[in-house]
Amino acid sequence: MPVLVRIPTPLRALTKGNAEIQAKGETVDSLVDDLERQFPGLKDRLLDEAGELRRFINIYVNQEDIRFLQAKKTTLKDGDEVSIVPAIAGG
Amino acid sequence: MEKLNGLRCRECGRHYPAAPVHVCEFCFGPLEVDYRYDALRGVVTRESIAAGPPSMWRYKDLLPIDGDVAVGHHVGFTPLIRAHNLADELGCREVWVKNDSVCHPSWSFKDRVVAVAVTKAREFGFDTVACASTGNLANSVAAHAAEGRLKSYIFIPADLEQGKVIATLVYSPTLIAVHGTYDEVNRLCSEIADKYRWAFVNVNFRPYYSEGSKSHGFEIVEQLGWRTPAHIVVPCAGGSLITKIWKAIKELKLLGLIDERRGTKMHAAQALGCGPIVTMIKNDTDVLVPVRPNTIAKSLAIGNPADGYYAYKTTKESEGSGEHATDEEIIEGMLLLARTEGIFTETAGGVTVAAAKKLIERGVIPRDESIVLSITGNGLKTPDALQDRLEAHVKIKPSLTAFDRALADLKSQTS
Repeated sequence: MPVLVRIPTPLRALTKGNAEIQAKGETVDSLVDDLERQFPGLKDRLLDEAGELRRFINIYVNQEDIRFLQAKKTTLKDGDEVSIVPAIAGG
Repeated sequence: MEKLNGLRCRECGRHYPAAPVHVCEFCFGPLEVDYRYDALRGVVTRESIAAGPPSMWRYKDLLPIDGDVAVGHHVGFTPLIRAHNLADELGCREVWVKNDSVCHPSWSFKDRVVAVAVTKAREFGFDTVACASTGNLANSVAAHAAEGRLKSYIFIPADLEQGKVIATLVYSPTLIAVHGTYDEVNRLCSEIADKYRWAFVNVNFRPYYSEGSKSHGFEIVEQLGWRTPAHIVVPCAGGSLITKIWKAIKELKLLGLIDERRGTKMHAAQALGCGPIVTMIKNDTDVLVPVRPNTIAKSLAIGNPADGYYAYKTTKESEGSGEHATDEEIIEGMLLLARTEGIFTETAGGVTVAAAKKLIERGVIPRDESIVLSITGNGLKTPDALQDRLEAHVKIKPSLTAFDRALADLKSQTS
């Protein structure tokens, strides 16, 4: 299940500067595990001590906030695009 | 005077040098400007502030500007109005309206944040500013970019009110209408901000930008004669304004400019069709559940507010509350403020008035305590909201007879 993952600037130190990487996973949960295998330390940045997505990180699958889908259990298919985006202000 | 220590993560406390960055690399928490309050104490006084200009820059020592103000010299110091008629209507003793609907130059409180962000963009040497906006921010960024001779890229949801589109285009920015909600525009901008080296006022300049909102709070306190009101009702979109007004009050206490014991309760106002922050308050949870906005209050239509958590915490810490307003109540709120005080606010102001009214009726805000309503935007930008609600005007031929007849008709209708 290769999907394209967009990495925000604050995490690129861990991905050797890559803004886009290929990763695998049946769900967002397992995608995070694959990201950790490829880039050790990334999981800690995305999930808190309880294993929940950190408060100020949003994950989108094909532009849709996963909280509108099945959160971390959201399933992924070939060619999906996943964006990791820090929360931003606005108005 | 060295007043800044750079930036600091609000969550984990890590320090960062002052730079155009907004997110903690370790925990993704938002970065905030870190002031050296010890250096400011005794230097920033009621007198030093009163000696400043009649604008938000009288509080420049408490804003993250190192050099001279680059744009927006006349922003802020908007009227704080004792609203006797509205108070009578609401059955309250003391109601004030902080009227940012007449903020110079683009008629909303956003001028406060943008004047800081664009000045800071110039300090950091950027030649292009940008933003994602529900309208008011678009107007303000385009206006201040024009003044600062900077290029601007403005991203808005494609269904934005025409008034707000025109009030942006007039300044000749590059305006990009995105088919999607504000939250989708915002996500896109976050990715664009990562790719292009622009000063995105609400993304990489957020730590500086958001500080500008404090001036709304400073002014309320100074204009009340260095007294804090018992209640402030604030409209919430991203949740930053209410957080920063609260911060302003705390800073004034820290600097010894106001009585530390007097409490102010902060109340959040949101539309029922997009009220995730008020929902947190009502359910007493710090977990924000994002929503898909469906409200006429488009300037507040942020379903995934970045500062929602802090807005919730602000109401909690200040022992305040929050209330939702339906679209109908929003219209009624706009009409009530116009009818009683002669102030024409946009839908967001209608939300504030409506929420305040409900909080008073519920007994959450006691009728004998002082209340300030934050009115943040101008009604002339969103006339469409009222189009179907206002009675048609009388049309006559230019003759006295025609007028006499029309007047008689009107009188018979009302009698």
